[in-house]
Amino acid sequence: MIEVKSLAKRFGTKTAVDDVSFKVEKGEILGFLGPNAAGKSTTMRMITGFIPPTSGAAVIGGHDILTESIPARRKIGYLPENAPVYPDMSVFDYLAFCAEIRGFGRADRNRKVEETLEKCFLTEVKGQTINTLSKGFRQRVCFAQAIIHDPEYLILDEPTDGLDPNQKHEVRLMIREMSARKAIILSTHILDEMEAVCTRAIIIAKGRIVADDTPAALKTKSSLHGAVSLTLLGGSPESFISKVSAINGVASAKILETEGEAFKVRIFPDAPDAAILNNILSTLSDNDYRPGAIFVEQGRLDEVFRRITA
Amino acid sequence: MRTTDSMTNILAIMKREFFGYFGSAVAYVFIVIFLMLLGFFTFYISNFFEMGQADLQGFFQWHPWIFMFLIPAVAMRLWAEERRMGTIELILTFPVTVWEAILGKFLAAWAFIGIALVLTFPMVITAAYLGNPDLGATFCSYVGSLLMAGAFLSVGIMTSSLTRSQVVSFIIAIVICLFFILAGFPPVIRALSGWAPAWLVDLVSSLSFLTHFMSIQRGVLDLRDVFYYASVIFFMLFINSVVIQNRRTA
Repeated sequence: MIEVKSLAKRFGTKTAVDDVSFKVEKGEILGFLGPNAAGKSTTMRMITGFIPPTSGAAVIGGHDILTESIPARRKIGYLPENAPVYPDMSVFDYLAFCAEIRGFGRADRNRKVEETLEKCFLTEVKGQTINTLSKGFRQRVCFAQAIIHDPEYLILDEPTDGLDPNQKHEVRLMIREMSARKAIILSTHILDEMEAVCTRAIIIAKGRIVADDTPAALKTKSSLHGAVSLTLLGGSPESFISKVSAINGVASAKILETEGEAFKVRIFPDAPDAAILNNILSTLSDNDYRPGAIFVEQGRLDEVFRRITA
Repeated sequence: MRTTDSMTNILAIMKREFFGYFGSAVAYVFIVIFLMLLGFFTFYISNFFEMGQADLQGFFQWHPWIFMFLIPAVAMRLWAEERRMGTIELILTFPVTVWEAILGKFLAAWAFIGIALVLTFPMVITAAYLGNPDLGATFCSYVGSLLMAGAFLSVGIMTSSLTRSQVVSFIIAIVICLFFILAGFPPVIRALSGWAPAWLVDLVSSLSFLTHFMSIQRGVLDLRDVFYYASVIFFMLFINSVVIQNRRTA
């Protein structure tokens, strides 16, 4: 378990991270979300022991990162922002160096490197010097470095930054695959990514935690949550609006767009869990409207994100 | 347990840095320039042949001056490069202590300079062929030169930790090294002794790399000289560790 207790970091008079606390258990993938400069990287740097906190503590599997630094670090795999690697080394030599630092003896080292190369789809470039590699490969080399010792805790700062959609997909698969045995913290500002990968999300703004919940639960905070969107293929928009507005449980309805005869309407319930769909459907059939599409909105993370971080 | 771990970590970092020199052009450029400059000064400025003496005084006397320019160039990348590339964030979150990282880097660069120094052996052969140099004194001079190189290097690695720019590190290191040389440079001592009290002159000159190097060159490996270089190295590496531990970000 990673336990972060009231972590704070001040640079001069500027507070970068302010009283951040949370716990991550094995099996969890915690998404760390926030606008740029919200304090995501600073928090991760304190958890990994790169910079000391001004106050508070981070405990990694029972070891305090400051007072029992070495045992704590042994358990962590860390992918820093921008995936720094030594450009003048070959991929194989670099990973062999990391394996050596991680305490693998001569006998285990090569096997471990080969294994990790394969896991990260790097075997084809293992002899290449890192500075000849594309950004996507470098990112994967640094990722390989983070998992080479099969750490219990993985801390990934923007792991898919700069990757193309296919590579993003591969990295997400790797992360999900490993998550059963590890506690993973990853930061991102891509909301889809968090939704696709994380079991829990913490949103941080101006150094403080402003939300800590599952992605699904976060979505319910959206004003769109529970709204019904439908496209009608004909009829008068105005009369339709007045009809649905009269339905029990409907707060308001508005026309989003019209296209020839067809138009698109969104109907908002007066409470998020009000079951308005049934009533709307019966209104539709009673009045012989022809629906082209109809669906219930789950809520949109970007809207929630904007609302709580702005 | 902890000490063997430390050794492994230091060795791993040392190996990486050491082969890093040979992986880039730095090593070859350094060795070639070092040998050429030494040869040039020894033969053309000290007039090794014309002196008619088979001793290596004219060879060793140039070491401090050449080290002053070349060793900061060897040292400047050690931390500045890590800071610029961001790899410092990796090395300092690996399960290694700051001291292990510093020692690994320092020893790698020192070993590298040691190799360059060993490659000057044709000088000794030449002198031995021409006459009968004092081999004991020559050996002492090499040990002294290596110790002095370590002291220069510790200044360079310390200034390298101060900045992300290798050029800035290089220049600051040269200035500090120049001070350490000039404090014992005879013209400076003479100028100083004109007005300063004797204890001050002694204090200043005893701070100099040059004074202790000259004393070792006479063929006596005095423990005080060894201790002097060791304490300069320790002091500089200590500053280095303080700087690294107190940096705000990368």
